[in-house]
Amino acid sequence: MTSETGPGQGGMSLNPTSLLGTDRGLGRQFTSTVVAILLGLIVGALLIWLSSALSEDGFQLDLPLAAYLSLLQGSLGNERGWANTFNAATPLILTGLSVAFGFRAGLFNIGAQGQFFLGAFGAAILGTTVGIPFPLHVIWTLVGGFLFGAFWGFIPGLLKAWRGAHEVVVTIMLNSVAALSLNWLAGVVFRDPAATFPRTSDVEGSALLPILLEGTRMHAGILIAVGAALAVWFLLFKTTLGFEIRTVGANPSAARYAGIRPARITVLTMSLAGGLAGTAGAIEILGITKNYPAEYNTTYGFDGIAVALLGRAHPFGVVGAALLFAVLRAGSGAMQRETGIPVDIISIVQGAIILFVAAEMVIRRFLPGGRRATGGAAAAPSAA
Amino acid sequence: MADDPRQTPSPEPSPPPGSSPGITRVPDAHTLIEDAVTFAGAGGTTIDPSVAARAVAPALEMRGITKRFPGVIANDSIDIEVHPGEIHALLGENGAGKTTLMNILYGLIGPDEGEILLDGEPVTITGPADAIARGIGMVHQHFMLVPVFSVAENIVLGNETMGTGPLLDAKAAEERIHTLAEQFGFQIDPAAKVGDLSVGLQQRIEILKALYRGARVLILDEPTAVLTPQETREIFGVLRRLAAEGTSIVFISHKLYEVLEIADRITVIRRGRVVGQADPKTATEEDLAEMMVGREVSLVVDKTPASPGDVVLDVTGLTVTDDRGTVVVNDCSFQVRAGEILGIAGVAGNGQDELVEALTGLRRTRAGRATLSGTEVNNRSARELSGRGLAYIPGDRQRYGLVLPYPVEDNLILTRYHQQPFSRFGVVDAGAISRNAAERIPEFDIRTPSGTVPASTLSGGNQQKIIVAREFSRPIVLLLADQPTRGLDVGSIEFIHKQIVAKRDAGAAVLLVSAELDEVLELADRIGIMYRGRLVATLDAAGAEKEKVGLIMATGDAGESGERARVQA
Repeated sequence: MTSETGPGQGGMSLNPTSLLGTDRGLGRQFTSTVVAILLGLIVGALLIWLSSALSEDGFQLDLPLAAYLSLLQGSLGNERGWANTFNAATPLILTGLSVAFGFRAGLFNIGAQGQFFLGAFGAAILGTTVGIPFPLHVIWTLVGGFLFGAFWGFIPGLLKAWRGAHEVVVTIMLNSVAALSLNWLAGVVFRDPAATFPRTSDVEGSALLPILLEGTRMHAGILIAVGAALAVWFLLFKTTLGFEIRTVGANPSAARYAGIRPARITVLTMSLAGGLAGTAGAIEILGITKNYPAEYNTTYGFDGIAVALLGRAHPFGVVGAALLFAVLRAGSGAMQRETGIPVDIISIVQGAIILFVAAEMVIRRFLPGGRRATGGAAAAPSAA
Repeated sequence: MADDPRQTPSPEPSPPPGSSPGITRVPDAHTLIEDAVTFAGAGGTTIDPSVAARAVAPALEMRGITKRFPGVIANDSIDIEVHPGEIHALLGENGAGKTTLMNILYGLIGPDEGEILLDGEPVTITGPADAIARGIGMVHQHFMLVPVFSVAENIVLGNETMGTGPLLDAKAAEERIHTLAEQFGFQIDPAAKVGDLSVGLQQRIEILKALYRGARVLILDEPTAVLTPQETREIFGVLRRLAAEGTSIVFISHKLYEVLEIADRITVIRRGRVVGQADPKTATEEDLAEMMVGREVSLVVDKTPASPGDVVLDVTGLTVTDDRGTVVVNDCSFQVRAGEILGIAGVAGNGQDELVEALTGLRRTRAGRATLSGTEVNNRSARELSGRGLAYIPGDRQRYGLVLPYPVEDNLILTRYHQQPFSRFGVVDAGAISRNAAERIPEFDIRTPSGTVPASTLSGGNQQKIIVAREFSRPIVLLLADQPTRGLDVGSIEFIHKQIVAKRDAGAAVLLVSAELDEVLELADRIGIMYRGRLVATLDAAGAEKEKVGLIMATGDAGESGERARVQA
């Protein structure tokens, strides 16, 4: 039997669940994702090769290979590389989970960025509390970050459930609200007077995440992120709540028929998604920056969208996708030092990969048994 | 009745199978209901196309077409030929391979074996564009129209008549459409917006679209599935006119009486093979049903008289509004007792949908009350009603009854996932869900390769069996069946009717809502008739005459012969 991948039910124009396919077609999704990654790397290699024409030596056929090898050497070749890779993967996993979790309920959480900021700010404030012993302070601060992020997801969830406001519009606006108001709070209200640039005070040592690898900055965040992925997987696929979330995402009418209240699921899903992104922000504070800079310059929240897409909104896929992106990022510095290829090439590779994932119809043509037609409507445009 | 299609000299339908006892032909009822409907398009042809056509090469011939999908042979060396001016019906159950065959003809998939000949010439059809260029037109069951475009714009879409430069020559297009429409007796305003037109008219636009592209072979995939009986009669007139003008028509259907009425020749397909041809002049519905299903099929519902018990569902003065706030169920009162089937008849759109939604917790009621076994149940959640023993077969099975991307086994527990043994403390038990599927699939004869394939891959009949299996395999006090056999083939209809009667005999109260008058007449013990939101009459099914019920459905006037609805309240 040919397995239909995610037929859009009903007449929704923007239904993220159409990106998911069926859970049974995992093997095929894995294959097409690997093809997308390879194609993305080939695009990068082509650009590197073409750019070599500008150098004094002219075209260098082996330059792409040399660049990718130094990248791998930089990210996986030594302890420092491993530390950078895992530290970069941690927030990507959590924001990717945040977006993927929303996808499953048919929600497009573009707000992971704002939720990340909220979580980071919450942790930065709670982390400065004096007098709480070590493990307790970390937990208390992380929970705080989760709740701050969850609150920022709860708002669009409630507006959608209550008034039908589209979550994409609301979360995009809330991203700006979060970035600008926290900028003001960190730069004016909670500003550390001793600091040379506007930021909050450093968190207490008791709130810092423990270092896993001596002599590096690799903190325990990766364990929390992987644990969160396991928890999300269990919640989505092993619990009745997950069944309800996925049913609302796949067919809200049938969910109502089955006695599920889609409005409740929407609020809950957006809140949990916000919590995941908020945790990412909290970990970033407790593991890396130690304070909230007024001009907090990060795109982890937006990167989560790419990670969720590449990971096919599956928790384990998200971990894999986040690790891939982290490897590319952590090694890019070494690549630039050794081969002169600018780190920006990594953004191009990432963008190309996402483009190829989105253009799955194209990729299917490279696969054996790619469907030409299972039903008239879907196949007609591509066959014409 | 001068315009009755059956009085035209063009292909004569079979002698009314009234000769076979127990068979009732729906067109009779419709004839009565839509007495006043003028019939367009039954032109005055005198030749019998099926005879005249045999002399020349077939317009279309498919020889030895074989198509294999993993694990299933969809088409097994199928031969079929269609002569110019012939209406050739392709009859088969859902999943028999009709659509695959037509997709091969339309170039959507390539055959593994076999060849296609057009006017005696072997051809290879590479895709829909190629098929269109060769004069093959396809009218899909689900229309491919742009609602905000005009009729003319839709028809020329993809085949725009260019004026000078990149500009559309709208006038030339409209003129050509006008000529075509006149030639084939269509009454269509090319400037009308498609979204404003009825389903029947939209279908005619699809046909016109194919003709506009020069179709000589027209394929219609279940064209009547979405039409009212009146629109069906009109489209039949159009098809006869087209055939008389020389167009070859492949008519795909699983409705026996329709095929007997419209076709010049019938080819029956079962499990990917041609099992025989039938002549509509001599074949009966029973013959066709047996060929289709492969065994004798009972077209009448076999049931004993009801022995009603206590009142299970008691509805008093129920008033419901639609999404726009218009009252669509107006002061309805009725009772359903244990062990009886109350059938609600009525032309679609007279408030039945909203009545059902109100009784199943999917829509709030404005006034009145409904009690289930003595407990008030209006405005309760679907979950609570289900817990109180309400089983519900929704009218739109793909929208409400199933989550199509989910595997069959998950769909089998869609309303019970939160209960033991399928979950404990909020954690689902995959083993219990699989075991349930392993029991239900053979018990309800669900034809599926396994319990883990997505429900979307199953045929309509088997999808409906999933819902029936799910709703019937638990203790229930009230069964609410909304259009339980819509779009299904005879084998599945027989099966589902038997299951409903079995539930009644086991003591459940059954409320059946159906737009198919025959279904209500055969299945129900009592009949309620809805007209413009009101329950205008309830009758005893035993003595109900089809003509009388049809008349009340059409006019809402129960007259002196019908009991007033409120008699029982």
